[in-house]
This record gives sequence, C-alpha cells and structure tokens, in this order.
Amino acid sequence: MKKFWAIITVLLILFFLGSGLIPDLKIYKQNNLSQKTGKVYLNRTVNDDSPFKEIDKKLYGEANDVENNAANSVTSVIVDYRALDTLGEVTVLFLAITGVIALLGKSKKNNRILFEKPNYILNASSKILLPLIVLFGFYIFIHGHITPGGGFQGGTIVAASVLMMYFAQNNYKLKNNRMKVLESFSGLSFLIFGLLGIFIMGDFLQNFLELGIMGKLFSGGLIPIIYILVGLKVSAELSNVVYEFMGEE
Amino acid sequence: MGEIINYWTFIYGPLAIFLVGVYGLLTQKNLFKLVISINIMDLGVNLYIIALGYMDNASAPIYTAKLAVTSSRFVDPVPQALVLTSIVISVAVTAFVLALVIKNYEKYNTLDLIKIKGIEND
Repeated sequence: MKKFWAIITVLLILFFLGSGLIPDLKIYKQNNLSQKTGKVYLNRTVNDDSPFKEIDKKLYGEANDVENNAANSVTSVIVDYRALDTLGEVTVLFLAITGVIALLGKSKKNNRILFEKPNYILNASSKILLPLIVLFGFYIFIHGHITPGGGFQGGTIVAASVLMMYFAQNNYKLKNNRMKVLESFSGLSFLIFGLLGIFIMGDFLQNFLELGIMGKLFSGGLIPIIYILVGLKVSAELSNVVYEFMGEE
Repeated sequence: MGEIINYWTFIYGPLAIFLVGVYGLLTQKNLFKLVISINIMDLGVNLYIIALGYMDNASAPIYTAKLAVTSSRFVDPVPQALVLTSIVISVAVTAFVLALVIKNYEKYNTLDLIKIKGIEND
C-alpha cells in the first residue's frame, strides 16, 4: 500500500514538473544568445573561419587581452568572478568536515576497519601507485586554469590515494595532524590573498598580479594560486574524512 | 529524430532520475538507502542545470590550441560553475549525514527506521 501511494506521489510530481517544462521545449532549441549569461564567452573563438572573427578573436598561446586570461572559462567564473562564492563553498566544506570530526573523533576508540587478508596485488602495487596518484592530483589542480579540472577535482584525487592506502595496508596510518595544519594554512592564505586585493586594487579577492598570455602555465594572475590553495585544502579535508571514517587502532 | 533524443536526454532524463530519488526516499526504510536516494535526487538536478546551458554544435568552454572546425562556440560556462559548487556541497553534506548515521547505528544497533522508531509495520 505504501508503494502505491509513493507511485501516486511520484506521478503527481512528474505531472507538475513535466507540464511546466513542456512549453519551454520549443524555446529550448532556439536559444537566444543575448539572454545567456555567458554571452561574452560564447562569442570568443579560436578559429580563423568563424563569423565572430572580426568582432573578438582570441588565440590560444598568443592572446593577452582577455579579461583574466584563463583558458578554462569555468575556472574563470569560479575563482575570479565568483571567488567570494568559492570562499563560502570552502567554508561550508570546512564546517561539514568539522561536524564529522566532532561526531566521530573522540566519542570512543572506534576500531579500525581491518581486512583479514589485504588483496595481494593491491598491497604490492599501492607503494608504486601512491606517488603517481598524488602527482596526478597535483597536476590536475596546478593546471586548473588551462585544462579541465581544478582544485576540487585534484583534491579529491589526492584523498582517493589515502583511501587506497587504507584498503591496501592494514598498518597504514594517516598523519592527520599534519593534514589539519595544511588545511588551516591554505584556508588562511586564501583569505590573505583576498585581503591583499583590497589593499592593492581596492576590492576583495581582486586579481592584482600580471595576467600573462592565455594558455601558458603562468597566466591568469591570482587564479592558479588560489586554485592550488583550494586544492591543498580540499585534499587535506577529504583525507581527514577518510581517516575519521576508517577509524583508529 | 535528433531533437526528440535531445529533449529526452536533457530534460526528461534528469527529471526521471530525480523521481527515482523521490520514490526511494518515500519507500525505503534503511537509513543508508535514504542517503543514497538524496544523492540520486542531487544528480538529477545537477544534470538538468547543466542541460540548460546546452547549445548545438558547441564545444566545452575551454580554449584549446586546436578546436574542431564545426564548433566555433562554447556552451554556457555559468551553469557548469554552479554545478561544481553544488557537487562539492553535496559531498560535504553526505559526509556529515553518514557520520550521523554511524552514531545512530552505535546507539540503536540497527539501520532500520521502523525498528528505531518502534512502530509496528503494517
């Protein structure tokens, strides 16, 4: 009987949400670009034979007149235009992880999750894989402004390497105090760079460094620095979550 | 034909995923499955927001040295940035809720919502 009512409720939601979407379907195909938020980005192109060539031509590796010179537009939005949002987002992540540590941390000596026999292949290969995975995570968040990826993605990859070590070796233990120091350091540096923006340019988190050439590693001014700090912070926080969930010995 | 596929994948697909999450939230009694249901709803909403920025013959919003000749435009990067924020928040909330579930299990020794509340199953 419960399942019947559940299906009725789901169908009702489908009707109200779905019927609201149907009139939009025809508009969906004929997107009016002038009403899109990202219109500035949409007009930019790297092709020689595009209709927007005369209006706004940005060449990868040559252009240095883009607004913030990050090749990855999503990174531009997150770390430059809406950097204050990212600060709030990092704060939410920090608060949630603080909650996890407060709930699981010192309640009792929760037993470490042990495996009778760790997988031999995983155990043998984890020592080789650990530096490679950490290196890949660092690559992802150092190159966040020119290739897909960024601080949050790279930090997750670094934390996944910690999880792999916990699965592979029964006697592995994360040095979580160092992780807490790293997390506080990177979060504080984020704020300090934001405050430097006030003193040098006049606005919080404003880009005050030289912008460089789009597509180079040293471009975008403050963007790579802030994303590296976010990556370090996220990797430390998620490693701490893994540590708390796996338990202590 | 292509248009129909686009509508189904970009609008009704996320809606269907969202409704699967709602159904799970209404019928499941296991706390862990409830957390998974909330995550599935999250996924549906994220996919829908990304689909709002879709454009025909457009590429990912990243400047590269070589773009395909047909794709001279970018999809809207703003929904993607929003969804990146949303995913991170969802990860944080999931970690916190799972910690609450663990504490609940330590107290009641069960994950079943009916047994925790002490209500007879009808």
